[in-house]
Amino acid sequence: TAVLGLKNADTPTGGFSFENTRRNAVLEANLSEKGYSAPNARKTGTTIAGLIFKDGVILGADTRATDDMVVADKNCMKIHYIAPKIYCCGAGVAADAEVTTQMMSSNVELHSLSTGRPPLVAMVTRQLKQMLFRYQGHIGSSLIVGGVDVNGPQLYSVYPHGSYDKLPFLTMGSGAASAVSVFEDRYKPNMELEEAKQLVRDAITAGIFCDLGSGSNVDLCVITEKTVDYLRGYDQPVQKGLREGTYRYKPGTTAVLTKTVTPLPLDVVDESVQVMDTE
Amino acid sequence: MSEELFPEPEWLSEEVKTGTTIIAVTFDGGVVLGSDSRVSAGEAVVNRVMNKLSPLHDKIYCALSGSAADAQTIAEIVNYQLDVHSIEVEDDPLVCSAATLVKNISYKYKEELSAHLIVAGWDKKKGGQVYATLSGLLTSQPFAIGGSGSFYINGFVDAEYRKNMTKRECQEFVVNALTLAMGRDGSSGGVAYVVTIDKDGAEEKCVLGNELPKFFDQ
Repeated sequence: TAVLGLKNADTPTGGFSFENTRRNAVLEANLSEKGYSAPNARKTGTTIAGLIFKDGVILGADTRATDDMVVADKNCMKIHYIAPKIYCCGAGVAADAEVTTQMMSSNVELHSLSTGRPPLVAMVTRQLKQMLFRYQGHIGSSLIVGGVDVNGPQLYSVYPHGSYDKLPFLTMGSGAASAVSVFEDRYKPNMELEEAKQLVRDAITAGIFCDLGSGSNVDLCVITEKTVDYLRGYDQPVQKGLREGTYRYKPGTTAVLTKTVTPLPLDVVDESVQVMDTE
Repeated sequence: MSEELFPEPEWLSEEVKTGTTIIAVTFDGGVVLGSDSRVSAGEAVVNRVMNKLSPLHDKIYCALSGSAADAQTIAEIVNYQLDVHSIEVEDDPLVCSAATLVKNISYKYKEELSAHLIVAGWDKKKGGQVYATLSGLLTSQPFAIGGSGSFYINGFVDAEYRKNMTKRECQEFVVNALTLAMGRDGSSGGVAYVVTIDKDGAEEKCVLGNELPKFFDQ
């Protein structure tokens, strides 16, 4: 039976497609001959952290995405939804972290429909690490998976090569060293909610101040057996400075010698509005 | 210029290694396994309390060293294969079977993997046994050591090991060896995990840093 417009080559096979690698290799060789270099994959340069407190799990992240030395996104979301009571912070290559967590989220939903039970955090971790191991570290995403399931609150970290750790508190990303020092100093088991939120906020803030790749706001996600509280923009440790004086020159400061006006006949063809998130 | 202003720490992209000391010793009636607890990525310690003694079955454990991802994955795969095998034979698996399964993976993928597992346990056919599976070989030994810290204690274990130790003497031997290695190897440290396996089952113990024996340390 012939299907209009679809050839065999177009049926999706699933998984990652490596069709463009040969083309990329040729392009890269051509570019380097002329002295240019191919663009790098954008890393998030991040501070992410998680800890277990008396009633559940708190995940925290900064909100800066960097492209080498330029801030590409001042307010990106690094805490991703996986399941109703399971969330995941992503560090490393931004695209890898984003797509990996989205794939996990859909796999987890299918799996829990198949088992007829709410998903386990250990199951999410296992699927993540099996996939990352299969790609031998070429998918550059480091993730902190936290959530509450029938076994209680749990926290796992998964590394790009596929190893995992299960611990009561964790930090990852370029700011991990700064954040973990705050945890090592003040973490206690079974903390109360407010104390725990403050501790995660302080750890992420340490990353924001002491790491160039982390900045902007602190996002928190509090997961307990009963509720999930996604606190976007929980804290802004760095406020934009106020200008001290005015730097405008009065009109007429520079004398106008001549003025020529040339009207250009232009028609408006299409108009679209794209709202920019400037906060 | 960008490298100096924002030098990305190398441990971000480096593979996570267990950089370890692991040891397994037979005694009359069982085995004792021991490991340190440090997991490093480059120069940073990413987990200071990891238990590297992983259960493959009720009375068979393996000790992990080398690349954390490779070692954890091998242990998980063999745990599954042993489960299936023990259902098929309708009995507890032999330690030799577990070691052979580990060896099969280590040998077949020896170019791609960089992990060394020591398999040790108790079965009713041969009692306590220790198998080394480095790079895909399979040997049964009275005791085996592995990991980066093992180089520092080769002389110690050769001198101090005696045949037919009691369970208590064996546990002390393991803790002493681990303490000496952790004291000299930068990639080993933290706490010491000790697992004792005999015909009654496996008993896990964690010896904290301040409870370790004290050696000459000036």
